[in-house]
Amino acid sequence: MIAAPIHLAGERLMLDPGGYVVWPAERLLAVADLHLEKGSAFAARGRGLLPPYDTRETLERLALALRRWKPARLVLLGDSFHDAAGSARLPQGEAAMLARLLAGIEVVWVLGNHDPVAPAGLPGVAVEEWRLGPLGFRHVARPGAGGGLSGHFHPKATMQTRAGGVTRPCFLADAKRLLLPAFGAYTGGLDIRDPAIAALFPRGGRAFLRGGDRLFSFPTGPLRASVPRREVATGTAPG
Amino acid sequence: MGTIPEPFAAWFAARGWAPRAHQLALLRAAQRGESALLIAPTGGGKTLAGFLPSLADLHANPRDGLHTLYISPLKALAVDIARNLTTPVAEMGLPIRIETRTGDTPANRRARQRTTPPHLLLTTPESLALLLTLPDAPALFGGLHAIVVDEIHALAGTKRGDQLALGLARLAGLAPAARRVGLSATVAHPDPLRAFLSPTARPGDVRLVLGAGGAEPTLDMLLPEGRLPWGGHMGLASMPEVYRRIREAAVTIVFVNTRAQAELCFQALWKINDDNLPIGLHHGSLTVEQRRKVEAAMAEGRLRAVVATASLDLGIDWGAVDQVVQVGAPKGVSRLLQRIGRANHRLDEPSRAVLVPANRFEVIECTAARQAIAARELDGDPPRPGGLDVLCQHILACAVAGPFLPEELYAEVIRAAPYAALSRQDFDDALRFVEDGGYALRSYDRFRRLFRDAEGRMHVKSAAVARQLRMNLGTIVETPLLKVRLRGGPVLGEVEEWFISTLVPGDCFIFAGQLLRFEGLDALAAIVSRGGEGEPRVPAYAGSRMPLTTYLAARVRAILADPKAWKALPAPVQEWLRLQRHASQLPPKDGLLVETFPRGGKWFLVAYCFEGRLAHQTLGMLVTKRMERLGMGPLGYLATDYVLAAWSAFEPTGVARLFEEDILGEELEEWIAESSMLRRSFRNIATIAGLIEKNHPGQEKSGRQMTMNADLIYDVLRKHEPDHILLRATRREAATGLTDVARISLLLARARAGGIVHRALDRVSPLAVPALIEEGREWVAGGAEDALLAEAAAMVEEVTGGAELFAETLAEVTDGIAPRGDRDRPRRPRDKPREGGGRYNRFVRHAPKGLTTSR
Repeated sequence: MIAAPIHLAGERLMLDPGGYVVWPAERLLAVADLHLEKGSAFAARGRGLLPPYDTRETLERLALALRRWKPARLVLLGDSFHDAAGSARLPQGEAAMLARLLAGIEVVWVLGNHDPVAPAGLPGVAVEEWRLGPLGFRHVARPGAGGGLSGHFHPKATMQTRAGGVTRPCFLADAKRLLLPAFGAYTGGLDIRDPAIAALFPRGGRAFLRGGDRLFSFPTGPLRASVPRREVATGTAPG
Repeated sequence: MGTIPEPFAAWFAARGWAPRAHQLALLRAAQRGESALLIAPTGGGKTLAGFLPSLADLHANPRDGLHTLYISPLKALAVDIARNLTTPVAEMGLPIRIETRTGDTPANRRARQRTTPPHLLLTTPESLALLLTLPDAPALFGGLHAIVVDEIHALAGTKRGDQLALGLARLAGLAPAARRVGLSATVAHPDPLRAFLSPTARPGDVRLVLGAGGAEPTLDMLLPEGRLPWGGHMGLASMPEVYRRIREAAVTIVFVNTRAQAELCFQALWKINDDNLPIGLHHGSLTVEQRRKVEAAMAEGRLRAVVATASLDLGIDWGAVDQVVQVGAPKGVSRLLQRIGRANHRLDEPSRAVLVPANRFEVIECTAARQAIAARELDGDPPRPGGLDVLCQHILACAVAGPFLPEELYAEVIRAAPYAALSRQDFDDALRFVEDGGYALRSYDRFRRLFRDAEGRMHVKSAAVARQLRMNLGTIVETPLLKVRLRGGPVLGEVEEWFISTLVPGDCFIFAGQLLRFEGLDALAAIVSRGGEGEPRVPAYAGSRMPLTTYLAARVRAILADPKAWKALPAPVQEWLRLQRHASQLPPKDGLLVETFPRGGKWFLVAYCFEGRLAHQTLGMLVTKRMERLGMGPLGYLATDYVLAAWSAFEPTGVARLFEEDILGEELEEWIAESSMLRRSFRNIATIAGLIEKNHPGQEKSGRQMTMNADLIYDVLRKHEPDHILLRATRREAATGLTDVARISLLLARARAGGIVHRALDRVSPLAVPALIEEGREWVAGGAEDALLAEAAAMVEEVTGGAELFAETLAEVTDGIAPRGDRDRPRRPRDKPREGGGRYNRFVRHAPKGLTTSR
């Protein structure tokens, strides 16, 4: 696993191929859009009986991240549960596992549109927005207004390779804003060229696609204007 | 009994017609209450034959209520047949009401049909499934006398056919007296169709009626002037000759094999259309309105030609078509015959058809197809067993219709031919899936969709479940599509989302017969404008090419192996084969020819397998894995319908080891599980079975907003419950259709029996040339997306020269690339990809030069 460092508002952050970000100076790990209990939320609303293993899968991934970086703080950037009742629906085993993971670290639940209330019975503080030093942590970034870290959009991007386009969840960053990919097992993605994301990055940014053990990055170029994203397109391979 | 009753006899006589033998045979079968399958070529008065007994019965014994149910695979066909029947019924003054019921039928008419049903109801498998879930289905269908299934050959063996077969089994319970009539084009295997139609799943219970064969079709082959192309499948070199043929005929259908080919041929024809002939375009990605417009223009004789794909294979009889042109290889005899039959729907006149092969191999294939047609031999595989996903949907639909006992439903289901061999275990697992998801490790006990009463009957739990089912009924799952909309103008059609994801603003592509410039995405569509510069691309559709049938492949092999048979081939092709015999040898009729030769610093291996592209693709993966293990350093491979070509760093020796039957072992299983093809079929299966919903009541999908991704569910399910019924269904489907494993084992067995002939050559053989200039190469690391991404990222770095905002990051990221051995790094193809540098995409073809002017 090779994490990629970036500078955001003068702070050095590490983007992990696991789909989360670490701020080493503050021993902080931030992760977005876990959507825990999405499977049961679908079942409860009669929208299909999806395999009920998504929460376990997501928590196993989170456990890996915490073991790898041993942060003192964990910031969850909203939509941690797929719905407000999600935390109450956690099966016993998963609830115990989550409690174990969160024990001994400072936990910040940034509230999201899916989980607008603090999760019941879990440690940590729940806030709309959280700040540390020059960085703000929100669920949804506001166009124009300040920078910082956020989630919500589940960004994904397509990179052209010799054998066709490859689409993956991605980080999207410019000098002051970082959009995190969704972390949950059942979270789909939204193309970064979608107007909702493009509006946040009028001059484009750099996308970091998640790979198995590293990130793959390319400058997006302006996401909305008709100036073509030719960087990848016209690239010729060495030799 | 060689006559028909009045007033039908008079009506026939007034038109100077005599009833045909098969029409009388169906009348007699109906009088005896027998079910019957009529197999007849197009133009034989087949549809009338199907309805005549019902009309006669209703004339003799007029009564109210639904008498005959007609099911067609196409909405448009149902509507057309209703129109065509209404005329004779009105002319004979019969008191018979005929109505259609499809997804387009307005709600008030649907409601009326339930209270006062017509005598004849014309519908589709999907609408029938929906009707069967209604609480008044028993009342509606209770008095049914006859069920007519049209174009049954196009339904059997598909998921829509599975759904229909289950629906027929239901109907047999509601209306045990109803006899069945199947109408089919000529097929190679009538018995499976009889079984499909049979209320007992046994073919013997359905009488087979064969219509008289029509006049022998006139079948020409058209070669381009000048040099005969070595490769390519588009056939554009022949467009001047095709154009000449169009000019000489009144109305022509130009059939092609893919939508991309349709767009290109259409463009090419218009470029040389000096007479401004009205030539139209018809394929499945155009909007319905556009297709209807073309069809209407065709029916009214306002078009001289239409370039079409399989979207016109079935359906409405236009009568006036007097010539069919097939551009590109026919791929199968039955398919070709059905296409030819679209010309001249009059039985006594020969259909006129022209075959236009695009390259030398296709010339042989066309010759083989002509010989097969002359010999009146057909091909086609017998229908595969019914899908478990369709069964899941059906079980829920039955519960919605009313409570059922599992053992009774099981007994009913196995009377449908596609499910005749269904095990009770599979049925029970499907039932459990419907009930609570069927997960072993953790259940959704609280969210069950069914509950069991004291007598063991299964009930649907809530009205919401019923509503949900009705909204998602059906077995047609579309790949994610994106509308293509002209800026400030209309929607032109839909293309697959992944194609759009390969475009950047400013790119141009050909679609709907126009040259378009991609502007960008909005929330619901790809926005385009007319015109554009640069080399246009053509949307291709993953998996849209049909593989060569086993039967036709065998005929091609037979021609190749027998120099006496070459006389039927044009001179350049004979010359080509003679060269091959001189330089190497010809592929044997049995056994397997493998050539190896060095070229451009690599070693090539070409195996003449003739088992179709799908099978060769799977085989290519298996063979290169084996080459890897034997230290040959495979670099990539390519599959055509005829050969498998692989290239490697070292000389392949002992090639027999590459084609041993044990390559179909563990590696295959492993690869199948990872392959994107399997993911695609899981997505369809999960949707049909109701795991993922297509539509949700009261919720309009807002375009592509974070839709649930079937891939994610597939991964989670595979990890936590690898034996789940939907994964079993996915694997079964992959083993038959997608990967054509059956044909690979056939080939390996043939190679073992007939022997493997290895020819080590100094250079490429004449027969291998077409393969080497073919597009669509797979790299050995083709599945290793990460390696491709790494390469692309490195490219970006080089182009941007590190002058970017994230110079430091980029350097660190790329520094971190683990050093890789040569062998597992994907290679560039031997020759540079065509225009567009690194953006070569195996699904996206570039249009040939000179097509950038729009008409």
